[in-house]
Amino acid sequence: MIHLEGICKTFRVARRQAGFSQAVKALFRREYALVHALRDVSFSVSKGEMVGYIGPNGAGKSSTIKIMSGILTPDRGKCQINGLTPWEQRRRHAASIGVVFGQRSQLWWDVPVADSFLLLRDIYRMDKDTFKKSQDELVTLFQLSEIIQTPARQLSLGQRMRCEIAASLLHRPEILFLDEPTIGLDAVSKIAVRNFIKQINKERGTTVILTTHDMQDIEALTERIILIGKGRILKDGSLADLKKHCSSFKTLAVEYSEGDPVSDAYIANLPGLSLQSAVAGRAVFTLDTQTLSVSSAVTALSQRAELTDLTITGATAEEMVVSLYKEYQI
Amino acid sequence: MKAYRAFFRIRFTAGLQYRAAAVAGIMTQFAWGFLSILLFSAFYKANPAAFPMEFSQLASYIWLQQALLAIFMPWYLDNEIFALIQSGSLAYELVRPLDVYNFWFVKNLALRLSRAVLRSFPILFVAALLPAPYGLTAPSGINAFLLFLGSAVLSFMLVVSFCMLVYIATIYTMSPLGIRVAALAATELLTGSIIPLPFFPDKVLAIVRLTPFAAMQDLPFRIYSGHVAGSEVWPALALQAFWLVLLFLLGRAWLAKGLRKVAIQGG
Amino acid sequence: MRLYGKYMLILLKCQMQYKTSFILTAIGQFLSSFSAFLGIYFMMTRFNAVNGFTLEEVMLCFAAVLMAFSLAECFFRGFDTFSTIISNGEFDRILVRPRNEIFQVLASKMEFTRIGRLFQAVLVFCYAIPASGIHWTFDKIATLILMIVGGIGVFCGLFIIYAALCFFTTEGLEVMNILTDGGREFGKYPLSVYGKGILKFFTYAVPHALFQYYPLLYLTDRSDSKLYMLLPLLALGFLIPCLIIWKIGVRHYRSTGS
Repeated sequence: MIHLEGICKTFRVARRQAGFSQAVKALFRREYALVHALRDVSFSVSKGEMVGYIGPNGAGKSSTIKIMSGILTPDRGKCQINGLTPWEQRRRHAASIGVVFGQRSQLWWDVPVADSFLLLRDIYRMDKDTFKKSQDELVTLFQLSEIIQTPARQLSLGQRMRCEIAASLLHRPEILFLDEPTIGLDAVSKIAVRNFIKQINKERGTTVILTTHDMQDIEALTERIILIGKGRILKDGSLADLKKHCSSFKTLAVEYSEGDPVSDAYIANLPGLSLQSAVAGRAVFTLDTQTLSVSSAVTALSQRAELTDLTITGATAEEMVVSLYKEYQI
Repeated sequence: MKAYRAFFRIRFTAGLQYRAAAVAGIMTQFAWGFLSILLFSAFYKANPAAFPMEFSQLASYIWLQQALLAIFMPWYLDNEIFALIQSGSLAYELVRPLDVYNFWFVKNLALRLSRAVLRSFPILFVAALLPAPYGLTAPSGINAFLLFLGSAVLSFMLVVSFCMLVYIATIYTMSPLGIRVAALAATELLTGSIIPLPFFPDKVLAIVRLTPFAAMQDLPFRIYSGHVAGSEVWPALALQAFWLVLLFLLGRAWLAKGLRKVAIQGG
Repeated sequence: MRLYGKYMLILLKCQMQYKTSFILTAIGQFLSSFSAFLGIYFMMTRFNAVNGFTLEEVMLCFAAVLMAFSLAECFFRGFDTFSTIISNGEFDRILVRPRNEIFQVLASKMEFTRIGRLFQAVLVFCYAIPASGIHWTFDKIATLILMIVGGIGVFCGLFIIYAALCFFTTEGLEVMNILTDGGREFGKYPLSVYGKGILKFFTYAVPHALFQYYPLLYLTDRSDSKLYMLLPLLALGFLIPCLIIWKIGVRHYRSTGS
């Protein structure tokens, strides 16, 4: 259903340096740098899948979403979605996708949400019955009945996000792109938004592609993860596989009363053990159990310091990502 | 003083970043001045006797006006101050170890100066190269030039004092829009931005001359070209200084009252 | 067209949420064009005529240009403020909707406060149309309407060029103000007053004179060439190169993003 092959994209940006003399210099000559936003990105997604697309800021997530939704044209490569090339058959393609940009609103700010929905009905050329059915369905599912008559500007961020997602689903798109849908939401709203996405995927069979920095989103929603860094696809696999790959990593937190394992040269040079954070009397390490066993790490630490407390925890999705970023140096 | 200097430096550096904007501004203002002068030359040809000043004096007037736009235009207001008042964070200004009036005043001076420095010289330079009577001519004498400088400084501060009143009024109304509309409508015509004041009908002009608006740019421009000279200059300068002191004191007192209101009711 | 009406309704609703702000801005628009009018009035009463044109004739010219400009600003505001549409990501949103881009840009912004300026233009017309001494035949009425229509087209074309340039850079575009705001400000007077060179520029480079000076000649019986009456239609042709530039801009946007 979605098929990307060898997508490349380069941007040219002006380089700007700080300082007064540099500003004067830039008055006459500007330097440009080439940024390779995407290099040879390929993947396929089949119908009904939910895919988490992750990577640090500036890795190329948004560029990929923009290419798939027809906003950007890549320099090279092929992209077929439902048999269409998004940037060439933009309008036909747009009718079958929904896009949510987490940081930007698509609702008209000063009128009730219902009015925005009505306008969207006309923009997407829906007939009355289809629209009504779809809207009723979404209102029930997202529990919008109480807020649909409120102007968007008076809604809380969580309520607004529910309306945003509903707005992009009105025309029953086959694919939903979500660019950081939970950004800035409180814990309760986050969970609600996740549940809605899950339900839509289940009930309408909508294919969902989601970018996020929140690993709980990933854990709650997706089975498959695509990791991108510096414009390249680094990993593409199931969440379980990735976790297995990372399960050799443990977090080791110690509290101590005497000695100093933090600045100790022996500990610092121990392969497989690296310091995450430290405050006086407490240190947190990441331990790679394939290089160093738990018992030898504990032994080494207790030789160097008088330990008063010790906890060992396995990797969460969060830590998994941190270790992946570290592994690929992105 | 050091704080003010640092602030000015930052503004100026930031201004330099936007070279294209500066070039565009220069070209726009130059074209504007050029077309204005052509327009007045058509009127001059239609009836030279009705022209209230020498044509070269008018040309200098227009070029100075265009080149120093950022200095003398009352509508060049600082949106940061409006945002500050509207968002209710005015109370935080009280925390700073600076006098709020002075700080805003200097901030506005810096804002305007940094903008004008980049833009005025190229315009003045090219305007001076234009053939007479369309170009900028030399001031009518060293004496006139010194008086022009003095009067220009007074005008500059008078304009900023006026802007201060606009900001302060916003503390009371909370929405800058109405005040801005009123201020803009009053000043655009009365300062001589649309047509130079000498072209006003005599009866209207007699009244306008007494308002602070006539001292905001018209006076220094006319001193420069010698349209007003000799014994006429001093009373005009005195009136200008009077308005400056009055607006300044009024602004300070009004702001103090406004800040008390903020301190009591919360911003 | 029906959809355009729906957009208009929703935007009207939005702006009516801020009634005071709406009214004040409209008043401000009125006052600033009133100042411009006073400027003309003062000048014309002092000199009686400029380049052979009387006060009433200049007023016709002023009102036609003002009306064209305020209507263009009201309905083509999306292009006029296009730099914000790009910078706040609205254009991305436009591209993911299954409708023509130009239509969406047009429909997504309308500035109804321009009614203040429009009102000023109507007032001036009310005085100048009877006072000008023109014998208002069908041809003359048609000419005046064509002047306004042509003016809307030319200003709209300039807004589109401005918007298209925003795809490449947002710096330094205020130069365009010479042609838009300047076109309004200096179009108050028949363009011949600025001399032959300027008249040629505004005939061949940008077609302001086609909807302003030449039809005015026909209107005031300075010329009886029917061609001058129809020149505003030719001015509408200016939209074609503008739209081509726009297409190039959109293609550039697709290949660089924001």
